[in-house]
Amino acid sequence: MKLQTGFITMLLTAGIALVIQSCNKKTGYQEVTEKLPEQVSYNFDIRPILSDKCLACHGPDANKREAGLRLDVEESAFKALQENPGAHALVKGKPEFSQAYLRITTKDTALLMPPPASNLKLTQREIGLIEKWIRQGARYEKHWAFVAPQKPALPEVSDKKWPVNEIDYFILQKLEENGMEPNEEADKERLLKRLSLDLVGLPPTLEMMDQFLADKRPDAYDRMIDQLLKNPAYGEKMSLHWLDLARYADSHGYQDDGYRTQWPWRDWVIHAFNNNMHYNDFVSWQLAGDLMPNASKEQLLATGFNRNHKITEEGGVIPEEYRIMYVTDRNDLFGKGLLGITLECAHCHDHKYDPFSQKEYYQMFAFFNNVKEVGIESVIGGPETYAKKPLMEISDEDVKGILSFVNKTDTNQLIVSVMGDLDTTRKTYILNRGVYDAPGDEVQPGTPASILPFDKKYPKNRLGLSQWLFDKRNPLTARVYVNMLWQEFFGKGIVKTSGDFGMQGELPSHPALLDWLATDFMEHDWDIKRLVKQMVSTAAYRQSAVVSKEKLAKDPDNILLARGPRYRIHAEYIKDLVLASSGLLNKTIGGPSVKPYQPAGLWEGATSGRGLLSVYNQDHGSALYRRGMYTLIKRTVPPPTMSIFDASNRDLCEVKRLKTNTPLQALVMMNDPAVLEASRVLATKLLQEKSQDKDKIIKAFRLIVCRTPSEKELDILTAYYEKQLKSIQPQSAEKMLAAGEYPLTKNLDKKAIAAFMRVISTIYNLEETITKS
Amino acid sequence: MEKEILEHGFSFNRRRFLSGMSLGLGSVALGSLLMPDLLKGGNREEEGLTPGIPHFAPKAKRVIYMFQNGAPSQQELFDYKPKLREMFGKEIPPSVRGMQRLTGMTANQASFPLVGSFVDFAQYGDSRAWVSNLMPYTAKIVNDLCFVKSMYTEAINHDPALTFLQTGSQQGNRPSMGSWLSYGLGNENKNLPNFTVLLSRGVGNGQGVYSKLWSNGFLDSVHQGVQFSKGEDPVLYLRDPDGMNRQDRRDMLDNLAQLNDLSYQEFGDPEIAAKIKQYEMAYRMQTAVPEVMDLSRESDDIVKLYGPECLVPGTYAANCLLARKLSENGVRFVQLYHQGWDQHGNLPFEITKQAMDVDQASAALVTDLKQRGLLDETLVIWGGEFGRTSYTQGKLAADNYGRDHHPRCFTIWMAGGGIKPGMVYGETDELGYNIIKDPVHVHDFQATILHQLGLDHEKLVFRHLGRRYRLTDVSGKVIKDIIS
Repeated sequence: MKLQTGFITMLLTAGIALVIQSCNKKTGYQEVTEKLPEQVSYNFDIRPILSDKCLACHGPDANKREAGLRLDVEESAFKALQENPGAHALVKGKPEFSQAYLRITTKDTALLMPPPASNLKLTQREIGLIEKWIRQGARYEKHWAFVAPQKPALPEVSDKKWPVNEIDYFILQKLEENGMEPNEEADKERLLKRLSLDLVGLPPTLEMMDQFLADKRPDAYDRMIDQLLKNPAYGEKMSLHWLDLARYADSHGYQDDGYRTQWPWRDWVIHAFNNNMHYNDFVSWQLAGDLMPNASKEQLLATGFNRNHKITEEGGVIPEEYRIMYVTDRNDLFGKGLLGITLECAHCHDHKYDPFSQKEYYQMFAFFNNVKEVGIESVIGGPETYAKKPLMEISDEDVKGILSFVNKTDTNQLIVSVMGDLDTTRKTYILNRGVYDAPGDEVQPGTPASILPFDKKYPKNRLGLSQWLFDKRNPLTARVYVNMLWQEFFGKGIVKTSGDFGMQGELPSHPALLDWLATDFMEHDWDIKRLVKQMVSTAAYRQSAVVSKEKLAKDPDNILLARGPRYRIHAEYIKDLVLASSGLLNKTIGGPSVKPYQPAGLWEGATSGRGLLSVYNQDHGSALYRRGMYTLIKRTVPPPTMSIFDASNRDLCEVKRLKTNTPLQALVMMNDPAVLEASRVLATKLLQEKSQDKDKIIKAFRLIVCRTPSEKELDILTAYYEKQLKSIQPQSAEKMLAAGEYPLTKNLDKKAIAAFMRVISTIYNLEETITKS
Repeated sequence: MEKEILEHGFSFNRRRFLSGMSLGLGSVALGSLLMPDLLKGGNREEEGLTPGIPHFAPKAKRVIYMFQNGAPSQQELFDYKPKLREMFGKEIPPSVRGMQRLTGMTANQASFPLVGSFVDFAQYGDSRAWVSNLMPYTAKIVNDLCFVKSMYTEAINHDPALTFLQTGSQQGNRPSMGSWLSYGLGNENKNLPNFTVLLSRGVGNGQGVYSKLWSNGFLDSVHQGVQFSKGEDPVLYLRDPDGMNRQDRRDMLDNLAQLNDLSYQEFGDPEIAAKIKQYEMAYRMQTAVPEVMDLSRESDDIVKLYGPECLVPGTYAANCLLARKLSENGVRFVQLYHQGWDQHGNLPFEITKQAMDVDQASAALVTDLKQRGLLDETLVIWGGEFGRTSYTQGKLAADNYGRDHHPRCFTIWMAGGGIKPGMVYGETDELGYNIIKDPVHVHDFQATILHQLGLDHEKLVFRHLGRRYRLTDVSGKVIKDIIS
């Protein structure tokens, strides 16, 4: 996306600026040229300006408020000014009498707002908007995300044939409004690859491709969706995002970063997605499974969610300081991951932009503050330190029965950190400046009033909190989750800042669609698979990803979806694609995480020398070929190929990964032994088949890129193969074949394998290979 | 500029191919697309918020930070406190200790007897700075150094303290200092990563380092610190597989570029053009990195200056020499971490060896830069994450004791990059426990570094999740008194 903006700059300098008109409100460049709207909207036009440029000093934080003026609250903004009671910040209809307007337009830098020293500045367009808004009556609205969604009617569209389901009406209406037309449907091969990567995180097999290409029935695509949703790999695919959100890892983090066995919780997540556990149950179990009546062992295991945070094993820490950090981590995750708000800002002071007070922060904190835990339980050590109290033990009987989805691979004791509350309530205080030993007033459990006050009918514990979360009046829960799923399939959320629906967050590109999705999701009992199917069924999703010059200029970020999503896939899926296409993939689900190839010395060079994870003992055999999500994550030194492709280091809750494009990524694809090994294994396999060279190349290309190559592509690759076959020296061939531990097949033409291996490696390096397009 | 890069960066084949790119982009326009500086554009703050960088004329272009991981004891190195020897074994006065919080390691200790340094000090240079006998080479260059004896931090344990120094926040997930500089200033050398990290380990009690310390946080991952390691693959996955030579790689990349271009013609997605460019950069790195890592052509004088260990890959001395080479080649931020300074016990023995490990090479780096005329434009920093206590941890004997973590004061030194040479800044009390003059908070220190590179720490911001973040979080002031 950086690139795209850079690209615009380039076009501008090339003098083609005239053609650029975008609809994305926040992209900056077009603000200059875009006309002011007929009716200025507080939520969409004014609040973003206030929030970004004014509220740090004239907003919710009472301690930082200047001149007693608060602009985010209507009654306060119209009051007589404290310092000049004859004047008012805002006077309806009269910008010329509104001090706020006068102060942003004055030439006197001593009076100018925002003050030059703040490094903030209003653009001409922003000033114009404020002026017009005041002239139109300066009407305030509650922040859109804090008002519960109402199901909107489907919008009118002129092209009645395009929409497949309701979602498409909302997309098409915006396109038509902006004079744009959607793309054609993507060709079947590309569509299948997109769908397969999105639903199971794996490329389609040759059989699936053949089957889908041959299926001429009108509902062939629907059938393919259903087939993929039944595949157990669906649970793995859906889990990855949840593991980021829940900051799941295989080490405790901090100083010594010792090993932990939290993976049974991860196995449960996969299981839950595969069973299509509905979102309300899925989350409630994780938040409060231990508090449910007659809680089962499965419900208890689900609560591992709130114990995935880092836990220190550094001797010498102050226990209470760390215990407070753990509670803070849970609270912040609850805010960011489940409510889409930046609650953590209120940890030390009242929130500067959103209407959450520090007191409310600690009221939420109180829900998570009652765990039977200590800041440091043990220093780094043996198996007894792999989980911290409260913990549960998973016995071999459990695995035969209620916890059958836990892939326990040996008979050793298996412990998992889970939730469990104290019998008597631990008191919660506001912590001044967020510091653990600076308690202020005591608070009771509660929720931010601006979102939804905590109903008296709910118990004042995590169980009650989960009921509050799934109260139909809660304006955020459903919106936030449907938006995250949208982000998975379309590359970015309807609200681009998927972890921030507050005033500093981006506004939704399709607000009505978001509300429709959220309400529909709730009406259908939070059914995740249904929602997934709804999204990938749309005409919007099925479009070709080709972008014309005009569309690129008009909508570089594809906000309006006049073309299909086109994105580089996540780190873990890159590994999956390499393994699956070469036939190496080990499809085992769950179990302890594995240690595949990794450059030597990374752990050893950065360790305190203590614990199981101080030395990287690489695994061998089939463990090398597990899906990317099973690679062991040591927090302080995460797996390098994963980090290079923007995987989360799982330190804190993460709801959106970056999608960068760097030279180090090129080096991984070129030289990672895992990719070279896959190239060798696939080359060997294909060379043993009785077919023409061209056919072998076509097959390799189909397996990896998931489509038949064009004539041109085939010509380039064939010529490359022939040249390599001629030029490669036997010694070089021999050396090339040394990649990876997978056994070599004897008595084959090594030169041919090495040459073909280079061709296949080239195919793995194609931009399209690791792209959903 | 644009033209230079094109000519510098592309083989004939590449240029021929690029000029034929579709979408009506001529080679010139595409060339600008391929410039990393433009790639950064999208993440810059909107106009008016980060007015032109640099914010003012920079004094330094590059930074080399020799991080002494584990917290070296200031009492044994630079902060001379004869009073501590006089008061050997006496309890630290409560008035001095105040409400200071203690780590869990000494919180239960019944008494806190003071202990002076086992090693003697002398004064050196025009500033008459005190340096202990453990640092003879450093003593010789004090006229180039600015000692700051009044550093203090907020954290009391290694992980948060390291993270605080590197990212301005104790909690992690924020960009490291090197990432901020890369983001703010861009590349000087298009063939090397802009922020590189070198690790080594001494003999003393070690504490881990973590890759989060060189994380790009929420900045684009081109700003991530790239760890250069010893051995055949100094950058991860740099080396082509055995059996593949440079020409083989060139052939492969030419074919790859042709195929990727077909895809670009079909889809028109600028990400594809960027991908082609990243492969070219990777190819150039494959040559440039081993070249810069090759220490075999260093003169005997240089080897003598740094000490013979500098030819042993992975040692601190080798990393210092390498740091000079990387910096000389335009790498914006070279971060060294040397483990082994955590002397909770057995301090006299351990710190002696640990100091010997770093003294010569640290001083050599400053001297080397100076004789090459590079010291003026290179800011060199030496120091740890906090200080150590004036009272002993554990059992006390005249010749054996330990010191616990102490956030209230510690000493670092800086050289070059427009910092006043030959000066001592700040002062601690006679027991070396509290700062009595010119305290320098970690954020002040960071603000000063940015300032030397022409960046206003309040203006170098990045908007993420609705908030503008800076290296110095919400505080920090430039220490004007140490700037020349």
